[in-house]
This record gives sequence, structure tokens and C-alpha cells, in this order.
Amino acid sequence: MVFYWVVGFILLVIKLGAALLALLLCAAYLVLAERKLLARMQIRYGPNRAGPFGLLQPIADLIKMMAKEDVIPEGADRMIFRYAPAVAASCAMLIFAVVPFGNSLTLWGYRIPLVVTDLNVGVLAVLGLSSLGVYGVALGGWASHSKYSLLGAVRGVAQMISYELPLGLSLVPVVMLSHSFSLVDIVDRQSIWPFIFIQPLSFAIFFVSAMAEIKRIPFDLPEAENELIAGYHTEYSGLRFGLFFLGEYVTLVTLGSLTAVFFLGGWHGPFLPGVIWLLVKIAAVAFIMIWIRGTLPRLRSDQLMNMGWKFLTPVALINIVVTGAVLLMISA
Amino acid sequence: MYTSITEGVRGIAAGFAMTLRHLFRKPITVSYPEEKRPLPARTRGAIILTRDPDGNERCVACYLCSGVCPVNCISMQSAERDNGRRYAAWFRINFSRCIFCGFCEEACPTLAIQLTPRFEMSRKTPLDLLYEKEDLLVNHGGKNSDYNYYRRAGVAVTGEKGTHIGEQPPVDTKTLMP
Repeated sequence: MVFYWVVGFILLVIKLGAALLALLLCAAYLVLAERKLLARMQIRYGPNRAGPFGLLQPIADLIKMMAKEDVIPEGADRMIFRYAPAVAASCAMLIFAVVPFGNSLTLWGYRIPLVVTDLNVGVLAVLGLSSLGVYGVALGGWASHSKYSLLGAVRGVAQMISYELPLGLSLVPVVMLSHSFSLVDIVDRQSIWPFIFIQPLSFAIFFVSAMAEIKRIPFDLPEAENELIAGYHTEYSGLRFGLFFLGEYVTLVTLGSLTAVFFLGGWHGPFLPGVIWLLVKIAAVAFIMIWIRGTLPRLRSDQLMNMGWKFLTPVALINIVVTGAVLLMISA
Repeated sequence: MYTSITEGVRGIAAGFAMTLRHLFRKPITVSYPEEKRPLPARTRGAIILTRDPDGNERCVACYLCSGVCPVNCISMQSAERDNGRRYAAWFRINFSRCIFCGFCEEACPTLAIQLTPRFEMSRKTPLDLLYEKEDLLVNHGGKNSDYNYYRRAGVAVTGEKGTHIGEQPPVDTKTLMP
């Protein structure tokens, strides 16, 4: 009994380490990829000084972040100011724990599921953690004691709460189709037809809300450079700013993987192993998000709210009703 | 309604097509330290003191450049040679203050002080940016290599009117013809 427990524990630690390392590497190189792609879209080269093709740029950035002074502004709520970036980064990283990245392996007779933890309420955990991420923004902005940070935080909270709703509602049809809240079951359900073909509307709503949830252009109002300097992380410097930044790109990776899991069939795909397929799908989602960032201007605040509440939420609700009716008809 | 939707979609699609097309274009960036663009001859960069075609220093230490300099970065000490011609005993430009406005070049009556397109002159300490006369003096005439101040000015005119270098023949006031 103890033996099984120890083996299970070691396996969990190995899986945790591998997933975390892969996630952080993905996030670091996603920053480079984004800068490169954006630069090419603007007919520039982008970072190309650190190493061949700028491949060592993430390492240079990390060293720079660590070497910078950690400034805490006067009048800031020091404790909350210190912990807010950790909230943002850890919430982003925890979401990846429920993402399955391959079929279960069988080693020496043991079945090892390739997922850090197969929660039976995975979808709820994802939504809950992405809601908790709001706290990083809100507390960081509030604790900075700066009007730009506060305005950014207020905008961030308003935006993330507004888009939480369509994000959650767009996942309801997926759960209805797969009869399960577990991400592993959802992926298994898509082994033949990914849900993007069955629920294209749901996919579109999820994608748009996810982009608003991670505060990317065209939904980057909380950190609008030309209005709010940097929004909620204006006052942050050094590694704490790095944590916010990391959290943002880790969220981009996790949302890419969630898009893959919920709509693109997860790790399912012909010829290649599951992990590669998942990475390819994450990269595709990330590329489309970068492409959107390189093309579209920022939305106005009222346009953002109108789109969330008056368009996405009702459409998502109607989509749920129609999906339910069709499912009932099929079963009857 | 329907046309506005199609128009909106077409507008957004055009933007996406543009960025995608640019993704496969060669960047127009000039990678500076490896690839240097030839600069126009009149670019205002490092300052030099030029010589006339005979190889003598052009500078007559008149202090005009030093006087016109808006940041007071030029200083010198005038001296006189045995033949009565003036020269700068020492001449110093503090490039940590120079703003490369080119006023000194405009003020110079002998075309001695000139700005060159060379601009890569950063140093580790400001003291290394103090250029003395020997650092500034070059062995050529700069932009106007055959100009010699002492052939034009400061010499007695012996010939007929209008025969001096660069002098126009006198205008005949009795006729209107050009």
C-alpha cells in the first residue's frame, strides 16, 4: 500500500515537473515568437541579437528581469503589492494541471494517465482559476497606489467579469455533448469529430471571450499603453513585473491548450504522438491570437461591454437552448 | 444591415490579409552595425579642422565659431606666426556638449572648421570626448579642397578690376543689357 503511494507520489512529482517546465518554456518562447511574428508583420526583423535568430532572448530577458531593482512605490500596500503578481502567475499555471497532453502510458504494467490531475470537475476548476486570476489584476492595481494602476485594475475587473460569463456559457454545450466535466473525457469524446465542427458558434464565443479574458489586443483596455501607461502593472518592476508578464503568456498557452481540449480534439490526431499534436494546436491558436494582435486596433470601453453583455452572452444562451433541444430530439 | 455586415467583414479581412502578406515580405530594416547606409555628404557629424591646398592650416583663430556655438563647446587660444598670420595655439572641442548644429561651419570665414558624416564617436567616459587640435586637424581640404583664404582675402589687388579669384567683372552702368 505504502509502495503504491510512494510510486504514485514520485510519478506525480515527475509529471508536475515536466508539465511545469514545458509550460514555462512554451511561455518564454511564445514571447519570442510573438515579438518575431509581430515584427515580421510590420516588416521588421524583431529580436535577433541574442544568439542565432534571437533564440536566447528569453534567457536574456530573464537575466534582465532578475537584475532589475524591485521598486515598491511609496504609499503602496506593501504586502498585497508583493503577493498580487504571484496570484496572477500561479492561477495561470494551475489551469494547466487539468489539461491532458496524451493518451495514458503503460509502464511496467502500470497505467499512467498523461495529465497532472484528472479532476472530475475539470471545467469548473478551469473557470474558477481563471476567475481567481482577476484578483492578481485587481489587487495589484489597487495596492500600487497609482491612478493609472487603479484605472487599469478597474477596467480589468469589469472586463474579466463581463467575459467570464460568455466563457463559461460557451463551455456548457461542450459539457452537454460529452456528458462530463472532466477534460480527459471531453478529449476522449472528440476522438473522431472535434467539437469545432459540431459547435462552431460555441468555439467562436469561447475564442473571443478567452482573448478578452487574457487582456490581449483588441481587448487590452486594462493595460492600454497610450491611455494608462501599462495599466495595473504600471508600478511593478523587476521580477514582480516579470511574474505578471509570465502569467499573461502562461495564460495564453493554457488558453491555447484549453481551446485545443474543448474544441480541436485535444491531443487526438493522425500519425504524430499526442503531445506533438497538442503543441501544434496550441501553436496554431497562439499564431491566430498574434495575428489578431498584429491586425486589429483596440476596442473602446463601451464597445467592449456591449459586445460582452448584449451580443456574446445572449448568443451563448441561445446556443445552449438549441443544443439542449437537439440533444433531446436525438435521444428521443 | 446586410451590406454593412459584408462591408465590415470585408474591411477586417483586408486588414488580416495585409498583415499575413507582410509576414512573408523581406523586412525593410537596415541592420545597422553590420549594414551601414551611405550618409549624405552634408550630414552633420564629427567636426574636423581642414587644411588649404598648400597644406597649411586654414584656421585663423578668429573665435567666430567659438562665439556662435550655442553650447560653448569650442575653445581656443590665438597666436601669431612670424609672417603675421594668425593661427590657433590650441583648439579644443568638447564633444560631450556639442549638439552638431553646424553653426561653427557657417560662421567660419576660412572654411577651416567643417562637419563630416562620421557620427560613431561614442566613448566610455566624457573626458575621452575632449578633442584637441591634433585630434581635429586633418590632412585634406574637406568639402572645398581647392579653397585658399589667403589667395582671396588679405592680399593686395594688383591686376585690373574683376581679375581677382572669384571676382566678377565690373558692371557697365551705361547699358541695360545683361
